Amino acid sequence: MAQQIEASRRGFLATASAALGAFTLGFRIPGAAAQGATVPEINAWVVVKPDDSIVIRIARSEMGQGTLTGLAQLVAEELNADWSKVTTEYPTPAQNLARKRVWGNMSTGGSRGIRESHDYVRKGGAAARMMLVQAAAESWGVPAGECRAANSTVTHAASGRTASYGSLAAAAARVTPPTEVTLKDPREWTIAGKPVPRLDTVDKTNGKQVYGADLKLPNMLNAAIRDCPVFGGKLRSVDEAVVANRRGVRKVLRVGDSAVAVVADTWWQAKSALDALPIEWDEGPNAEVSSASIAEWLKAGLDAPEAAVGNRAGDAKAAIGVAAKTVEAVYAYPFQNHACMEPMNATALWTADRCEVWTPTQNGEAALAAASEAAGLPPSKCEVYKIHLGGGFGRRGAVHDWVRQVVEIARQMPGTPVKLLWSREEDMLHGRFHPVTQCKLVGGLDAQGNLTGLTMRISGQSIVAGIFPQNIRDGRDPVVFQGLNPGGEEAAIGYGIPNILIDHAMRNPHVPPGFWRGVNLNQNTIYLECFIDELAHAAGRDPLEFRRALMTRHPKHLAVLNAVAERAGWGTPAAPKDGMPVHRGLAQTMGFGSYVAACAEVSVSDAGELKIHRIVAATDPGHAVNPQQIAAQVEGSFVYGLSAALHGECTVAKGRIEQENFDSYPVLRLDEMPAVETILLPSGGFWGGVGEPTIAVAAPAVLNAIFAATGKRVRTLPLRHTDLRRA
Amino acid sequence: MAKLNINGQVHEVDVEGDTPLLWVIREQIGLTGTKYGCGIAQCGACTVHVDGVATRSCTLPVEAVTEEQKIVTIEGLSPDGRHPLQQAWVALDVPQCGYCQSGMLMAAAALLAENPKPTEADIRAGITNICRCGTYNRVLAGIQRAAGETGARG
Ligand code: FES
Ligand code: FES
Repeated sequence: MAQQIEASRRGFLATASAALGAFTLGFRIPGAAAQGATVPEINAWVVVKPDDSIVIRIARSEMGQGTLTGLAQLVAEELNADWSKVTTEYPTPAQNLARKRVWGNMSTGGSRGIRESHDYVRKGGAAARMMLVQAAAESWGVPAGECRAANSTVTHAASGRTASYGSLAAAAARVTPPTEVTLKDPREWTIAGKPVPRLDTVDKTNGKQVYGADLKLPNMLNAAIRDCPVFGGKLRSVDEAVVANRRGVRKVLRVGDSAVAVVADTWWQAKSALDALPIEWDEGPNAEVSSASIAEWLKAGLDAPEAAVGNRAGDAKAAIGVAAKTVEAVYAYPFQNHACMEPMNATALWTADRCEVWTPTQNGEAALAAASEAAGLPPSKCEVYKIHLGGGFGRRGAVHDWVRQVVEIARQMPGTPVKLLWSREEDMLHGRFHPVTQCKLVGGLDAQGNLTGLTMRISGQSIVAGIFPQNIRDGRDPVVFQGLNPGGEEAAIGYGIPNILIDHAMRNPHVPPGFWRGVNLNQNTIYLECFIDELAHAAGRDPLEFRRALMTRHPKHLAVLNAVAERAGWGTPAAPKDGMPVHRGLAQTMGFGSYVAACAEVSVSDAGELKIHRIVAATDPGHAVNPQQIAAQVEGSFVYGLSAALHGECTVAKGRIEQENFDSYPVLRLDEMPAVETILLPSGGFWGGVGEPTIAVAAPAVLNAIFAATGKRVRTLPLRHTDLRRA
Repeated sequence: MAKLNINGQVHEVDVEGDTPLLWVIREQIGLTGTKYGCGIAQCGACTVHVDGVATRSCTLPVEAVTEEQKIVTIEGLSPDGRHPLQQAWVALDVPQCGYCQSGMLMAAAALLAENPKPTEADIRAGITNICRCGTYNRVLAGIQRAAGETGARG
């Protein structure tokens, strides 16, 4: 039986790979002829086929952010490859484990895809190039130093001989890998650093791209699931007789102690049966919790004596005590759902001695660990095949709750592949939510309007405590101060404030938190950048000048801020739009290793209608691998950030999330999308991420512009709760 | 038993009459380019053409569709993937994750069929699909580019 499945699965893989091109499910599946198993790799990163096509292996996951193309560019650059011949494939997590993690970390989050692997992937490309050159030199009996590699061809100029990479690949695979490789100066790049088109676009325009939700395996059944809507609650009972005779229904299963799944021939049958299934929950004590009770608890944290310090210099409280003027404000940021367009899903096939899972994941190795644990089998007997994601945004990275579920289902149906697809409602109710926090800020200004002291107390949830509690040391969450740290290469504050105290009173509600694109940089930047604007206003100073005065020792932060101010025309009045005055707002921050700033231009009508006309954004990511894709990430970041700022909010009633679909969780659409001008300022010498940092400046730039337009400070998000009508 | 004309081919399917067209297309016909995003006509990921009209197939029961009605999915938008919109999408690298893009393209194609020279305001009002990756500005540019090319070709 297992044999048969194995054979049919191979058949599927071969067909899928042949028919769908870009759909590569791992490259060395035994017997999968379509994978070109006869071609030996030159090294872990590079395979060159006899027809000169090049397969570059990508360990990180493609979820829209373009990392597949960017990483391939870096390898191809050092390989001196003919870019038109480049394709990609994912190595599998189990292969990575079996080969002592030759592909390094597979985790794709924190905007790390390129910035944390550029060095070793480029070295992989360079080493492969050297081996190809060596193979050519040996076959011609000439010194390797006399040969040149360019455009997938090795040339020996003196004798006029040339050889294509494809003809050299077999010999190159036998060459001893070099121990030392020198990487190119990025100024010499011809493939990397260029706005080359993505490698995965065509299949995303014709319906051919296969997502996890689209997967089909022979004899596969489909599952729909409902987990107790109150986090921490349990499944008490189901009356499965009610649905047992429905067409297509195969099984009603308990999944863990809190969920029930219906398995049927089609997903629609499974989902409709689940909707008809009487379920009783034991909701437990969390059913008492509401948004109001959480807000009360966080509010108490704003003045609680206990707090973990993130940034301290001088004596902020004393400085504020003697200040000529003090300003105080409290801000709040709600839970958000990632709301990936493709709901969580995975397909699993379990037998007593093997478990295989196909899933869109940001972290193949974490998915493998989750599968192994749920399967009751060691990782060496499990495999995960990664599929391009229909959005990730952090939801599909650290926690693989849906993988655990699908394996628990498949385990109850040995030998039958089962695809689990969450409904949108399940996805909304069982997110890993952007953490909820409040923040109290107090600033002291001297008689000249200089900021002499700042305290910033954050009260609320810790993502790390919820997901990696082992990383909490002495009650301190190391990630909670993103963008506020005193220094470092990751997420440092951009202001030199002589007396400062930033701390965090941890308050963890029962709603599970997650890494939500931009993570803690989002709310921290809203709090700080809106409050800096408040201080500038209180000091009677221009918000740009006020910031500049505090940024003399932060030249990279300042450079992006200056860039947006200059491009937007800060200091000169904006031209009216549609007869309405246009006002500007600024924000800057540093996160994920990059420096970003934005200037927003908005108008607000007498009726309180907000229109965001234009955003100018600047990014210094150190090195820019694909400028047009960085622009795409910057544009997308405004959608994600403004969506949350304008509309996004998950509220809690009776212990459960109230928003179940896009009707109650509205998101930004084309009608509200501003024009975005992206300025790319790669200053070199470091590698920053681009998928996330810009999200953080989207909201504060707009909120500061709204203040300029209306005199109203919006301190509680989302904005739709605030009446912007002129008083 | 329902008869459906999808991409010019007639299919007989044996499903409950209240099954949404989306799931018949995906599960019975096996065309998975049309996506599920919300199931309540909010996101547009499931957009197909029914007699040329952009239709959110997740809330359209299959029993409400007749054999005479012509259904077109992303797989049938063009024979070779070279509809002016598809070409514009490739030229501008519109998709990010791509999951919403079948629906975007089908919505855009219906818009252009009805209004070959849409203004920016027409496009902003006419395309109400959700893209969480945030491709809206390139979607806008892609539609404008395709509209320009349609015009250029007369
Ligand atoms: S799935 Fe039909 S509109 Fe969202
Ligand atoms: S491209 Fe990802 S949702 Fe639109």
